[in-house]
Amino acid sequence: MSDLPKICRIKKIVQETQSIRTFFLGIEIKAIPGQFVMAWLPGIDEKPFTLTAAGKEIAITVQERGKFTKALFAMKEGDSIGIRGPYGNGFDFKGVKKACIVAGGCGAAPVLLLAQELKKKKIGLKIILGARTGSECLFKKNLGKTGGLYITTDDGSEGEKGFTTTTLEKLLQKEKFDCVFACGPEIMLSKVFEICEKHKIKCQLNLERFMKCGGMGICGQCAINEWLVCRDGPVFRNEQLQKMPEFGKFARLKSTKKVSLQEYAQWRQ
Amino acid sequence: MLSTVFAGIELKNPTVLASGILGTNAELLLRAANSGAGAVTMKSVGPKERQGHNNPTVAVWEHGLLNAVGLPSPGYKEIEEEFELLKKSPVPVIASIYGANVSEFVEVAKAIAEKKPAMVEVNISCPNSEMHGQLFGCHADSGASVISAVKKEIGEIPLIAKLTPQALNISEIAKACEAAGADAICAINTVQGMLINIEAHKPVLHFKKGGISGPAIRPIAVRCIWDIFEAVKIPIIGLGGVSNGRDAIELMQAGATAIGIGSGIYYQGTGVFKKVCEEMQEWMKANSYKSVKELVGIAHE
Repeated sequence: MSDLPKICRIKKIVQETQSIRTFFLGIEIKAIPGQFVMAWLPGIDEKPFTLTAAGKEIAITVQERGKFTKALFAMKEGDSIGIRGPYGNGFDFKGVKKACIVAGGCGAAPVLLLAQELKKKKIGLKIILGARTGSECLFKKNLGKTGGLYITTDDGSEGEKGFTTTTLEKLLQKEKFDCVFACGPEIMLSKVFEICEKHKIKCQLNLERFMKCGGMGICGQCAINEWLVCRDGPVFRNEQLQKMPEFGKFARLKSTKKVSLQEYAQWRQ
Repeated sequence: MLSTVFAGIELKNPTVLASGILGTNAELLLRAANSGAGAVTMKSVGPKERQGHNNPTVAVWEHGLLNAVGLPSPGYKEIEEEFELLKKSPVPVIASIYGANVSEFVEVAKAIAEKKPAMVEVNISCPNSEMHGQLFGCHADSGASVISAVKKEIGEIPLIAKLTPQALNISEIAKACEAAGADAICAINTVQGMLINIEAHKPVLHFKKGGISGPAIRPIAVRCIWDIFEAVKIPIIGLGGVSNGRDAIELMQAGATAIGIGSGIYYQGTGVFKKVCEEMQEWMKANSYKSVKELVGIAHE
């Protein structure tokens, strides 16, 4: 039962936005939308990435930020990286007939496979996609093919100026959904949760925490209260979120020190 | 049937969550406790904030796990809140401490003792740090110097010395710890090892070397517990590769009074405690044992 990283080649690199690229990798992994893999650059580091394609070939979509992602961005098609996974629970759309997806920034990545799967299953779908500015709207075209797309931007350069959550509130006044699936900055997610609770709608939120063992559920680094994002999550539901006081407020640094979400976000930048 | 007494502390069953597994916060410890652990151990805490190593920090191979997480710690000053929440624990909570030298161990021990954990584990055997642990755990003199210094600070709180199987003669170390005031022994810490990814021609772990745990090290644990049991009178937490009831009983027959579970969480999830306990009970019924206390060291008879 070995679960070591397997070395695979970068088959294709697609520039999605100015700072985001998708890396298609020559390795077969079957996965549930929302599951993630650990990507390893030998000698540098290993980080979790949600899958934006799965099956015969997989893809991870990466924003250039720190040492790891800079090293990955320096790589070319034909170069090799290590992959292990998939890990985590993923989204569950059993029984869902009409869904709404809310994605903010890079949060569009974990919901892409979900949106495509819902479309395949002919499940009615509305998508609210938010970004700082028009040119940063990740997977606008791909998501647009799966359902009704609403875009919001901080600067109003595309779609409506404002927050995804404002659009969600408006949408909920005229439509009913069996489930709201969301991923994005935690501040947005905690607002999505608040809205869903108010409207008594089920939600599934894909959360993020710094990971070490990544998927094995033993080191405790990615803890949010009693849950491990890597093994119990990364997708959490209302009943769990209700009992998760750290959600939207605290996260842990590499030392496992618990800090405010703001301090954590600054460190992650 | 499963209740026992370890170093004067009553346990409802002999299973103990090992240090370094899940113990980063109080809620995860409580989750292990509520999942059936007889006691839980907090992640080893050091004198100051420490990042630990880069990833990969854990690798799963065919026969076990290899890890070099590198003792990340927020430092003892930052875990007040966890102790506060742990007051709700239905089972005894063991604090675990590390340091780079005797004075660091003393500094941490002093602060931790004020929080009144049920027991204090002194980690003189972590293989994954440049200067922490293993040095002390490999030599009877240096091991004993840490134990006696910590014992002075924690007074009545039972002290558990966590030992490395890398020592040339683990029973000598155990004897030295007992003489220095240790109330119990925990054996074994991980065994140093390494894995290389041959396609990448690089070690799999970022820290290159790590500690092996899981099924692969169970025979090593059994041998060490056997040797320690013959050498000392204080009780032993047997630790190493336990993920079912038979494994646990094997370690107890070698001489363990309690059973640590670490990598078992990877294989079985937090349900491992309940599973191990149920399987122990079944085996004991089938073999006419009434109490786990009867099992301790019986392979020596």
